[in-house]
Amino acid sequence: MLPELGEDQLRELFQTMLVMRRFEEALITLAGEFDVGHFHVYIGQEATGAPALGLLEDGDFGFTTHRNHGHLLARGVDPARMMAEILGRETGTNQGKGGTLHLSSLEHGFPVTSAATGGCIPLATGAAFGFSKLGNRRVSVCLMGDGSLEEGAWHESVNIAALEKLPIIYLCENNSLEALGQRANEYPSSSMAASPLTGLAAVFGMPAVAIDGFDAGEVHDTMNIAIARARAGDGPTFIEARTVRWPGSRPLWPQLLTGELDLTIAWDETALPDEHVEWHRSQDGILRFTRELIEAGNLTPEQALEIDAGVKAQMKEAVQFALDSPYPPPEAALDHVYA
Amino acid sequence: MPKRLYAEALVGALRRALETDDRVHLMGQYFLGLTEHRELMVELREDYVERVYYPPIAEVGYVGAAIGAAMAGLRPIVDIATASFIFQAFPQVVNEAANVHYMSGGQTSVPMVFHFNQGIRGGGAAQHSHSPQAMLWNTPGLEIMAPSTPADVKGLVATAVQSNNPTAWVDHVRLFDTIGEVPDPDYAIPFGVADIKRSGTDVTIVASSFMVVRSLAAAETLAKQGIDVEVVDLRTLTPLDEDAVFTSVAKTGRLVVVDECHRRCGVAAEIAALVAENALGDLTAPIKRVTALDVPIPFSPPLEEFVEPTEAKIVEAVSEIAG
Amino acid sequence: MPELRYIDAIRRALQEEMENDESIVILGEDVTLGGPFGATTGLADKFGVTRVRNTPISEGAVMGMAVGASLVGLRPIVEIMFVDFITLAMDQLVNHAAKLHYMSGGQLRVPLTVRVQGGISGGYGAHHSQSLEAWFLHVPGLKVVAPATASDAAGLLKSAIRDDNPVLFLEHRALYWTGGEVGEVIEPIIFGRAAIRRAGTDATVVAVSRMVPAALEAAERLEESGTSIEVIDPRTLAPLDLDTILESVRRTGRLVVAHEAVTVGGIGGEIAAQVQEVAFADLTGPVLRVGAPFAPVASSPVLEKLFAPGVDAIVDAVQRSLAFSRDGAPA
Repeated sequence: MLPELGEDQLRELFQTMLVMRRFEEALITLAGEFDVGHFHVYIGQEATGAPALGLLEDGDFGFTTHRNHGHLLARGVDPARMMAEILGRETGTNQGKGGTLHLSSLEHGFPVTSAATGGCIPLATGAAFGFSKLGNRRVSVCLMGDGSLEEGAWHESVNIAALEKLPIIYLCENNSLEALGQRANEYPSSSMAASPLTGLAAVFGMPAVAIDGFDAGEVHDTMNIAIARARAGDGPTFIEARTVRWPGSRPLWPQLLTGELDLTIAWDETALPDEHVEWHRSQDGILRFTRELIEAGNLTPEQALEIDAGVKAQMKEAVQFALDSPYPPPEAALDHVYA
Repeated sequence: MPKRLYAEALVGALRRALETDDRVHLMGQYFLGLTEHRELMVELREDYVERVYYPPIAEVGYVGAAIGAAMAGLRPIVDIATASFIFQAFPQVVNEAANVHYMSGGQTSVPMVFHFNQGIRGGGAAQHSHSPQAMLWNTPGLEIMAPSTPADVKGLVATAVQSNNPTAWVDHVRLFDTIGEVPDPDYAIPFGVADIKRSGTDVTIVASSFMVVRSLAAAETLAKQGIDVEVVDLRTLTPLDEDAVFTSVAKTGRLVVVDECHRRCGVAAEIAALVAENALGDLTAPIKRVTALDVPIPFSPPLEEFVEPTEAKIVEAVSEIAG
Repeated sequence: MPELRYIDAIRRALQEEMENDESIVILGEDVTLGGPFGATTGLADKFGVTRVRNTPISEGAVMGMAVGASLVGLRPIVEIMFVDFITLAMDQLVNHAAKLHYMSGGQLRVPLTVRVQGGISGGYGAHHSQSLEAWFLHVPGLKVVAPATASDAAGLLKSAIRDDNPVLFLEHRALYWTGGEVGEVIEPIIFGRAAIRRAGTDATVVAVSRMVPAALEAAERLEESGTSIEVIDPRTLAPLDLDTILESVRRTGRLVVAHEAVTVGGIGGEIAAQVQEVAFADLTGPVLRVGAPFAPVASSPVLEKLFAPGVDAIVDAVQRSLAFSRDGAPA
């Protein structure tokens, strides 16, 4: 379903999702020609991140993971500076100190990104603790994968959040289905005996819901309730957004196994490729959102393609900006150890 | 000048921090461990009910939360209690707090303090006697302070709470009973400035935290034997006042490093290496280290004494090289 | 002798030990798939998923579980994906694995091998590039091994697995695909015996892990200017073969220690402290250290280069040491 938003906002959301997708497609293509090192992509989860993070206000914090690109883009971080950071350039968001694993932008509410599984959980909980003590009605969003529930840090942090009624939303993006190495007996996780995952939060006495992460409307509505609850001082919420691992993320190195997103699939059955049919037909959240927008009359195929062309051009510029940017002077490696 | 117990000076420093900066919050309630002095914390907790947080037994959770809270605008002073428990919180301390400013390219800071009581407290055995400061010293991004007197704890805490960096506060329960003069007005002791706790000409002792107290006692004994010892109290490990060490060694030509960490890759190894690297020409004798031995800390009192850096061992090491 | 890559030598040692001892089990994330770099590829097919066991992302619990299993008769090998993640298992490793033999008055044994890889390469940044050996050297009860060649990786791993103590086995990611001669029969290498990789007379360089090939290259370069360097690879850092180092320093009078870890608090400091104490009169130059600067590792390839000390840094340190005269001013 569509989020309850005005037509302009819906199109903005559509554009944001495309920015998230096209950015990483460009990155994967770039990695074929240029050694960018190892990286993880968010492709396939745009329908979760874009509506969820679009609800945040200035000053709210998000703490994300190694799969952070989409999250930063959803809050408006400049794709050119992100691409530059991934290539280790001076113009990057972190001036070359962080790279793909640690993309950060404090002005957009991403103070730092931990690449250690579960590292973000105590930090996000603590930011909520800080906001609560400062009484500033800000909220903290812990953007975690289902794998981080396997770490002890989860249990310690969620207990504290519940006891203190902290203004936090644990948005657990479960992308385990069909992932490499998955071995749990049933959906929804790679290596958790607990099922459903919401049980791991519900025992602490907080609202805990599982939603369809490909359904932008459901994500939007659920986050809206959780954020309102956090701002009102009523405490934390756990949301498990279920998605399927994008086929291109199943190998250790991301590959464009489903090709670049072809928006025409959304309105033209004949464009459906022979491979990964299920992905294109029902799993890709962007295609689903596009179909919904067109069906509701919020967008025409022509408009969709026009927006997409603009986004693609923007990504081309971002890649060029990154490639044209200088590396930092080597001695800059010793800056910023201390504040 | 008024004389105060170290424990009183510590609580006084926490109180001043809370009084002068609304952003300061205490996370953890012990600070003075389970010593008799813990009663000193009661009034403070009552006066600042909203700003003293009692966490569950969840080191990685609440220490990590303190780091996140620092990013959100607080200046938390978190108590890890017995230093051995820092290993439960290690990923948050060394992988997160220490790296945040750097990884974010200087965008985000973590202004907070980690307090813990390290060292051999008597009967703590292997799991309650750790001195983790050498491992933290090997971790760029942390500041480390290790006061040894009531006056220093007051001045160093004042600096730590205003620092924009994560600071490890290396403390020691055996200091709580010590007494010293503490000036009444507020003051801050800058990091990276060592203090000559005793001036001497024959042998330099470099120490920090409770080992300064032991070294000063040893110096008195040695003075009676005609050996004039200079005791350099580092006060902070990061930043380190290398010049103070080099200056003293240039004067005495002899160095004993006293430290409660284990010997291998401990604080004393680093100090000895620094001097051997930069001031070999000034040395007239090999540098000696008096440290905890490289075994887990045993429980039984005579075993514990055999392992720890005692006053007698300091006297012996100084005598060996005093020439 | 046949050539094997470092990582393949590790796999061969694992396989041979598992064939000989049914109490050996491997625990780690994705180990049935070979782990992130393929060290365990094929072992699950050969020995079954009972002995090669995938775990959740729960480093602390897995480490503790391995300690417990080792107490009741297994010989676990834990693989931690990156050494940086061992921080999540520190309590079990430092407060438990390292101490149980001692705390129990010798009643318990913890025959545990912890395999980790680390070091600087590939732009992995601050959370995936560290060299943390000094932490573990500082923990009595742990043995610490850092092989620099394929042959040592195999022989030392066999000894680690057979050891009745917890052993931290530190592999260097950048060495995985380097080749070396490995014997038809892999003999266990006794801990605490350094290898003199190159004999020399003017200065001693003690090099750890990836610094060994760098030191050998530095020695080649210095030879061109007539300087003869002895290169020592300690192979095991705990126990450390101080005797071999001392014997060398007594001949050369000059010592440089090179490692990839941060200099402050690193093993270079420990070796320097020991050597100056025992061989004070024999030193004709200061003990110099080559290590990473005091900063987290940056991700940008240009910045990353500043962290991993290389041939230039070793050559420079040797030259500074040689320029020193003890009765004159330092160079």
